[in-house]
Amino acid sequence: MADPFIEVKNLTKVFGNVVAVDNVSFTIAEKDFLVLLGPSGCGKTTILRMIAGLETPTQGEIYLKGRPVYSDAKGIFIPAREREVGLVFQSYALWPHMTVFENIAFGLKVKRMNAPAIEAKINAILTYIQLDGMRNRYPQEMSGGQQQRVALARMLVSQPDIFLMDEPLSNLDAKLRIEMRAEIKNIHVQTDATTVYVTHDQVEGQTLASHIAIINRGILEQLATPKTIYRRPANLFVADFIGSPAINRIEGRTGMNADRVLVKAGTLNATTNYKDIPPDQDIIAAIRPENITIVPEAGFNTVPGTVRTVLPSGSETVLRVHHRKMVFSILVTREVNLSPGQEIYMYLPPEHILVFARDSGLLFPLPE
Amino acid sequence: MATALEIKKRSDIRRSGRIKYYLRKPHVVISLVLLVLLLFVVIVPFAKMVKDSFVWQLADVRLSRGAHPGEFTFFHWIRVFAGPLTKNILTRPLGNSITTSLGVSVMAMLIGSLLSWLVARTDLPFKKVIASVAVLPYVIPSYIHALAWLTLFKNDRIGGAAGVFQYLTGINPPDWLSYGYIPIVVTLSLHYFPFTFLLVSAALASIDSSLEESGEILGASRTYILRRITFPLVLPALLSSFILTFSRVLGTFGTPYFLGAPVRYYTLSTQIYSNIINRIPSVGYILAFVLITISATVIFINQRLIGKSKSFVTIGGKGFRIKDTPLGSLRYPLLSIVALIFCAAVLLPFVLILWQTFTLYPDDYSFKKLTLLFWIGEANTAFAEGEAGVLRNPAIIGAVWNSILLALTSSLLAGILGIFIGYAVVRGRQTRLAFAVEQLSFLPYLVPGIAFGALYLALFSHRIGPLPALYGTFFLVILVCVAKNLPFSSRAGITSMLQIGNELEEAAETLGARWSMRFRKIILRLSLRGTVSGFILVFITVMRELSLIILLVTPETRTLTTMTFRYQEQGYTQFSSAISVLIILIVICGEALSKKLENRTPGKR
Repeated sequence: MADPFIEVKNLTKVFGNVVAVDNVSFTIAEKDFLVLLGPSGCGKTTILRMIAGLETPTQGEIYLKGRPVYSDAKGIFIPAREREVGLVFQSYALWPHMTVFENIAFGLKVKRMNAPAIEAKINAILTYIQLDGMRNRYPQEMSGGQQQRVALARMLVSQPDIFLMDEPLSNLDAKLRIEMRAEIKNIHVQTDATTVYVTHDQVEGQTLASHIAIINRGILEQLATPKTIYRRPANLFVADFIGSPAINRIEGRTGMNADRVLVKAGTLNATTNYKDIPPDQDIIAAIRPENITIVPEAGFNTVPGTVRTVLPSGSETVLRVHHRKMVFSILVTREVNLSPGQEIYMYLPPEHILVFARDSGLLFPLPE
Repeated sequence: MATALEIKKRSDIRRSGRIKYYLRKPHVVISLVLLVLLLFVVIVPFAKMVKDSFVWQLADVRLSRGAHPGEFTFFHWIRVFAGPLTKNILTRPLGNSITTSLGVSVMAMLIGSLLSWLVARTDLPFKKVIASVAVLPYVIPSYIHALAWLTLFKNDRIGGAAGVFQYLTGINPPDWLSYGYIPIVVTLSLHYFPFTFLLVSAALASIDSSLEESGEILGASRTYILRRITFPLVLPALLSSFILTFSRVLGTFGTPYFLGAPVRYYTLSTQIYSNIINRIPSVGYILAFVLITISATVIFINQRLIGKSKSFVTIGGKGFRIKDTPLGSLRYPLLSIVALIFCAAVLLPFVLILWQTFTLYPDDYSFKKLTLLFWIGEANTAFAEGEAGVLRNPAIIGAVWNSILLALTSSLLAGILGIFIGYAVVRGRQTRLAFAVEQLSFLPYLVPGIAFGALYLALFSHRIGPLPALYGTFFLVILVCVAKNLPFSSRAGITSMLQIGNELEEAAETLGARWSMRFRKIILRLSLRGTVSGFILVFITVMRELSLIILLVTPETRTLTTMTFRYQEQGYTQFSSAISVLIILIVICGEALSKKLENRTPGKR
């Protein structure tokens, strides 16, 4: 791994009696796109604001491009304006008393750039964000999407090495959000700026990120590539949080069959790819809805079930299938001819069954 | 997982490093500066006043042989609370203060709530006009009603000229009608009822009328609904207006002085004034202390009540509608009552005062004798000791400029301080420092005007360290007006800063802007929009201020209000009336301007 571009060490933030961020450490390499993902109020925005310098940590250290910008031990605090990071706010934070031009020009004027240079730069960026004719508009005279572009332009024009974005798309409607998502990805590809992006939308996170950090109640649960987060969630929280419909959980105990670990729950008996989990452990097995296939008759690793609901939505269909007191969600990407009440068999592929310890919630290491 | 407390303890060890970057936050620095400033303008005067009341003053040598100026004594406290004069100095004025305040509160509440119900809930004609005229009595100085009363009901027994009533009827009005309790209560009620009107109107507007309708559906009569549903719902607002009117009347000086002093009817506020003018300041200070204590207690009780009943007032929430109750055959009788109230509260006082300015002799109101002498007459030794008419009298024109200058600079300074306080409080949310700043800036609200003037007199009549004695300077008058209006301007500042939000400043910060630039280009620009009507409010308040500054002005620093006071005291009612007319005109212009600006307030898309 290259030298870390952004490094956060043991970062902690306390508000009153609430620990908002609890001992979080991570590093980001240059050109990475890190998404901080978590439920609302989990502390992800606080982490971003501490990196930006808008919030003073209670403890810990932050390094940007190898330079310490905060360290409580060394008594270092570099204010936001000297950190050379760009920040896009959820509310856009455009100044209502300034035109689009003045909004974007602000950062350049701060740098004492001369007027012709400012003019040229802003013309270029306005073309880039497709707002050529809007330079004299006031923010409140524009649509949400246009305001969002101005906010992006205001950050881009100062050419910071680090982009910080705080839920920039959450105030847009669904269609525009998908458009702007592509726009942001495009900007990242073109500028190669190291980016930290906060969102609570897991799809947004997965499409944009090179790495995802899952934050929950101020704690960093897992930091990995989107693929790893999805396939190998470090614990039950991550497994539950990522994926829609949510991952299927089977509460049971372990058993052994030949050299393979079994998951036993009532009459359910499923073989996994695990080899070294001791038997008779309390565990929770989990399998993603799209990894379950429907088969016409019983066979290896199948579970009988009754279809309860069929929820078609265009290209895919979600089925709710009951097996005794358990409910399984199944995501099928082709058309199905099933109706409620029908008896089916579900095949649980061993390679897709994840096993978590029930007490700690941690994933047992998967065999490669 | 470490608890918040453990983390805090660990980080406390590194506190020294912490303080360094704590002080680099602009809002912390501003808070500290404001804290010192507020201590100086609010706490220090109070402490000095209390201290002075325990010390022999130079003037005390007249009162007691044992006086050693500068030394500690209980003399003044004993004189006020347990001396042979206690009845005259404290008990009777205190009783008068409380009975007049109660009387005014009750009457103002009756008039104000009747009006607000009629305007908010019924089909009374001309409701819009009524609503906008209803605030006028409150906008003009409170003593105008007293002057008008005197013009109408003065008798010539006490000294001075008789009023219109005697001129027209030939009957000499009895003292109880000319001076004392009844005139004071009536005139102040006519001044203060808009206060109840505004508070109760707001409460009524927030009550869903379906609450009343559901009573109607169940078959309740109109009066029953009013009594059992509407009344309990606006009760908190009524109580609040009652209490606040009470505390305001306690601190009013002009009216009780004009209508009470001639018959030796003293209230606490006029007693404070007389003691200080008669050079027994320490007694005045103790009375001011009593007044502050009562007023602060009363306001404190109000805050507690409001705190408890908040959930009560906002019952309606969103999306409700208000239905007008039909008045039926009562429509026009009620309209004429309203018209009568406005005649008494607005029209009549203005006409009487204007009329008075045109009279040649203060007791001759006939058409034939009307003259413009007191407006544009040249200096003539035959009249008013040779004073020229108001419009060509350099002393009065000087006072006009003084008044305008005072009102402008005070409102500007208070407004700017308000913005800084708003910034410090909103940015420092939940820190003890910001809390202290917010509380301190609210304190002047607890101190009645006349007592606040006394505080400043106590502190600034002598030099303080390197600072020369400020008494007699225009600066001191500005200072007291700014300090007294801080509660309003800091409220306005906090509100507008909350609307601006932190992110607009943070966006500039991440773009590399220094604090001074962020403040100039963003915070100041945006908050100025929100505080213009606040500026005008303070401007109007200062323009009509008498109680606050009467103890502090000298002939060089006199304003229109204090000149009215002097002329009235000396019996030149034409002059005092003419100056009052000037004040009314300026104040009404300001009010109209603020209405206009309010309607234009940006922010709505």
